[in-house]
Amino acid sequence: MAEKFDLNEVEVWDGNYASSQALRQAQIDVVAAYPITPSTPIVEGYGAYKANGYVDGEFVMVESEHAAMSGCVGAAAAGGRVATATSSQGFALMVEVLYQASGMRLPIVLTVVNRALASPLNVRGDHSDMYLGRDAGWINLDAFNSQEAYDLPLMAFRIGEHLDVRLPVMVHQDGFTTSHKAQNVRPLQDEVAYKFVGKYVPVDDMLDFSRPVTHGAQTEEDWHYEHKAKQHKALMDSRSVIDSVFAEFKELTGREYKRVESYMMEDAEVAMVVLGSSVETAVLAAKQMREESGLKVGIIAPRCIRPFPYDLVRETLDREGLKAVVCMDKSAPGGAMGALFNEVSAAAYTTKSRPIITNYIYGLGGRDFAIDEVKRIMNEQKAHADAGHITTHIQQFSGVRGPKLGFFDTRRG
Amino acid sequence: MSMTGSAGATAKRGVRELGAEEKVGWDAVPQGVVLTSFDGTTDNTAFIKPEDRVYSDFNSYTATVASWRIIKPVYNRDICIDCQNCWVWCPDTSIISRDKQMLGIDYDHCKGCGVCVEVCPTNPKSLLMFGEKMDNDEALATWPEKKKKEK
Repeated sequence: MAEKFDLNEVEVWDGNYASSQALRQAQIDVVAAYPITPSTPIVEGYGAYKANGYVDGEFVMVESEHAAMSGCVGAAAAGGRVATATSSQGFALMVEVLYQASGMRLPIVLTVVNRALASPLNVRGDHSDMYLGRDAGWINLDAFNSQEAYDLPLMAFRIGEHLDVRLPVMVHQDGFTTSHKAQNVRPLQDEVAYKFVGKYVPVDDMLDFSRPVTHGAQTEEDWHYEHKAKQHKALMDSRSVIDSVFAEFKELTGREYKRVESYMMEDAEVAMVVLGSSVETAVLAAKQMREESGLKVGIIAPRCIRPFPYDLVRETLDREGLKAVVCMDKSAPGGAMGALFNEVSAAAYTTKSRPIITNYIYGLGGRDFAIDEVKRIMNEQKAHADAGHITTHIQQFSGVRGPKLGFFDTRRG
Repeated sequence: MSMTGSAGATAKRGVRELGAEEKVGWDAVPQGVVLTSFDGTTDNTAFIKPEDRVYSDFNSYTATVASWRIIKPVYNRDICIDCQNCWVWCPDTSIISRDKQMLGIDYDHCKGCGVCVEVCPTNPKSLLMFGEKMDNDEALATWPEKKKKEK
């Protein structure tokens, strides 16, 4: 039986340590992992818990991230609670198996510490890896700070393992700005945390020899489409389970989570849609702007990236006073508008107010994103609002050296 | 459901053409494409003969692929020495053998690859390939004589 860990009411943890503690408390059966910067301390921490008797489950060291996720798929199909962690290039190597995990409906939890993708090689945080996996059929949750990097993995097990869901869940946090930043974290005691996560209930487990099953069957044009449709419906329907797990967690801890977090949106004239650790920077800037110039700035932060909260994003944007919105994409867009811009725009298109929406690429490869930058961008939104149309390029790059970089124009509102 | 002593199980072998199963909608396909081997639960499957197992409709045992074959192996009991070579080598478990005695060929699953004929050590061979349309008795009537050793 695993030893209990003595925890203070308030601990000083970075995001990595917070996530590794959450994984420890979930009493996972198998962790198969291959460490990579900046998520290494999650795997390292978990390995230390195993070595020191704080974990009962198996810890499998594998030869690559492809093997790590493959090991997770095998262990989950066998009937165990399973989790791992990765970043960037490791995540990219996992991608093939990510689709297997979701198609096989295996509720694996993957903590992703977001980092840029090479080339050029870079270990700093941006959302390239998060964007790479966004269509892999996983539930995607985003932690903005260490506390959330602790809370969300606990909830991820509950959500993914729910019998109406049975889907794998990723919990993202920003490389370094969250993963290596020590902050106050209020953890649950071991027995409280485990009681919240609950005992794992296996489904179609291969170790049930009285009911032999085939996992990973091949289907061609006569069956594949029906299976993918069923899988998509489970992902879309997981919204209500996510909401109910968030509500239960609030009851237990007082900490409230929503699929779309919004700050000062009640009377906002201009708004920024942003993910990750940049959310706190943006909120701070918005508060200062309201005090300094009276500009009513609001911030929208999708907590749940998949299933994309189309309903709640639309609800948040559908306000008469809201004139201009900027969507911040921290991933090289590869010849398109940013993904967040595209998805938010699609939701906004069905609102009555139809605010002006523009796109910024920012923070690639860990380029710092500071309060002054938010202020500059929000003043630009105010200019769009006053002019009644977009006064800049629709897509721009923020914080990059060299001549101003932007694409596409319109005189329409 | 117990699987032992089910007289109807053999009758389920190859009852449908592969791919001819009912095409249900997305709401009725099994979650995660998880396919059960048997109807109900079972224990000691390894000790139950295939003809006594309650295979599910997802199991290839209940499907036939006989239509894929253009040539077939025919088995001659009079020459066979029950060495089990063909049983070991058959890639589709289509040689039926019980208590180390050859019984014949599962024509629902045999694809006519001819491996069994290739590995048969008797002289003449106890398995030979014939056209799919040829009657087995007719084939047996044309069986070759023992070949003399060449000096």
